[in-house]
Amino acid sequence: MNYQPQDFLPIFVQLAAALAFIVLVMVLTHALGPKRHSAKKDDSFECGIESIGDARTPISVKYFLVAILFVLFDLEIVFMYPWAVNFKQLAWNGFYEMIVFMGLLLAGFIYVIKKGILTWEK
Amino acid sequence: MELITTVFIAKAIIVGVVFAITLGVAAYSTYFERKIAAFMQDRIGPDRAGPFGILQPLADAVKMFMKEDFIPANSNKWLFIAGPCLSMLTALMTSAVVPFGDSVTIGGATFDLQGIDVNIGILWVFGIVSLGVYGIMIGGWASNNKFALLGAIRAASQNISYELAMGMAIITILMITGSLSTKEIVEVQQNGHWNIFYQPLGFIIFIICAFAECNRTPFDLPECETELIGGYHTEYSSMKLGFYLFAEYINMFISGAVMATLYFGGYDYPGVDFVTQQFGSNVASFVGVGALIGKSLGFVFVFMWVRWTIPRFRYDQLMNLGWTGLIPLAMYNVVVTGFGILVGKPFMVSIAGLVLLIAALFVYDQLLVKKKIA
Repeated sequence: MNYQPQDFLPIFVQLAAALAFIVLVMVLTHALGPKRHSAKKDDSFECGIESIGDARTPISVKYFLVAILFVLFDLEIVFMYPWAVNFKQLAWNGFYEMIVFMGLLLAGFIYVIKKGILTWEK
Repeated sequence: MELITTVFIAKAIIVGVVFAITLGVAAYSTYFERKIAAFMQDRIGPDRAGPFGILQPLADAVKMFMKEDFIPANSNKWLFIAGPCLSMLTALMTSAVVPFGDSVTIGGATFDLQGIDVNIGILWVFGIVSLGVYGIMIGGWASNNKFALLGAIRAASQNISYELAMGMAIITILMITGSLSTKEIVEVQQNGHWNIFYQPLGFIIFIICAFAECNRTPFDLPECETELIGGYHTEYSSMKLGFYLFAEYINMFISGAVMATLYFGGYDYPGVDFVTQQFGSNVASFVGVGALIGKSLGFVFVFMWVRWTIPRFRYDQLMNLGWTGLIPLAMYNVVVTGFGILVGKPFMVSIAGLVLLIAALFVYDQLLVKKKIA
C-alpha cells in the first residue's frame, strides 16, 4: 500500500475536537461551581492534621533508577521493531542475530536484577 | 485534488463519529461499572435517575460541573489545571489509528472506516499512551501534596515498567504481520486467523500490561485509597477530577479496541462472506464496526470483572511482576514465535512453547517447594 503524508491530516480534526471539548469543559467547570475560600481550606489535604512543609522533598532513589533503566531497555526494544517488521525477509540469519542481541540484553538484565534494583526493602 | 478533499471530509466525519462513540461509551462505562459491581456484590446499584438508573451518567456529569472547582493555595496553578487536561487529551487521541471497519463505498468513493491509516499505526498508540504518564505526573506534582506526589511517582514508574513488557509483546505481532499498520494487522487476521490462536502468551502479557497502563485493579496503586487517600488526584475536585476518571474509562475502551485489533481479528466476525453475499459489502462493513465495538465492550467488562475478583498488589510485588516476570516471558515469546514462523508451523510451535513453559514452571515450583520443606 502507498502511504502519503496527507494520510495524517485527519489527526488535526481529532486534535481540534479534543482540544475544543477540553477547553469547553474547563471553562464551564470554572464558571459554574461556587467559590468559597478560607486559609484552612486552601491548605493541602493531610487527613485533617496541620500540614508541615510541602511536597518538594527528596524521594527514594529507586524510582530514578527504574526510570533510567526504562530508558535503556526501551531503546533496546525500539531496535527490535525494524527487525520484527522485516523478520520474514531476514529469515534464519536475522533470527540468530537477534538471539545474540537478546542474550546480551538478558545478561545486562540479570546483572541489574542481581544488583538489587528491585529490592525495595532491606 | 478533489478526491483528496472528499476523502478528507469523509475521514473528518469518521473521526467525529468515533469521538462521539468514545465519549458515550466512557460515560456509560461509569454506569455499567456501578451496575456490575452491584450485581457481583448482590446489590441493586443506581436505580433512581430514570428507568433502571440509565440517566445516572447525566446526573453525575451535572453534579461534577456544579461542584466547587478547588485549587490549593500552594499549588502551581497552571500546571494543576494542565494535568487533567493532558490526561484527557492523550486518552482522546489514541483512537485515531484503530480500524473500526472495512472500507465502505458511498457515491462512488471508497474509504476505510478508520481515522488515519498510516504506516506507523501501532507506534502512534504507544507514543500517545506513554505521553499519558505526563498528565498524572504533572497533576500529582503540581498539587504540592505529599500523598499526591507519592501517587504520581508510583503511577509514573509503574507505567514505564509495564510499557517495556507491552512493547515486547507487540513485537511478535509485527513478526507475524510484517507491518506496523493497524489496518494490515487486521487484514492478516481475516477469516478466523486471529492472532490469539498464534499468540496466547503474547496476549496474556499484553492484557496484564493493559491493566497496569490503565491503572486498574489489581494495579491501581497510584490511587489506592487505603494508603494514599486519593493518590495523584487527592487535591482534585469538580470536572478536573472528572477528567482523570473519565480518561481512565476512555483508556479502558480504547485498550479494549486495541486488543481486539491486535489479537481478536479487529472487525472480523464469523460469517462475513454470508453477510456480504446477502446484503452487500457496505452492510458487512457496518456489522464489522459493531463486532469491533462489541469486542472492546467485552474487554471493558473483563476490566470490571477483574476489579471485583482480584485484590490489589503490594508495590514491590507489582514491580517484581513487571520486571522479573513479564519481560523475560516476553523475550521467550519472541524467540518461540520467531522459531515457529521460520519452521513454518506458527500454531504448533506457539502451543508447544506454552506447554513447555508451563511444564518448566511446574518443575521449578516442585523443586523449590521440596527445598523449602527440607
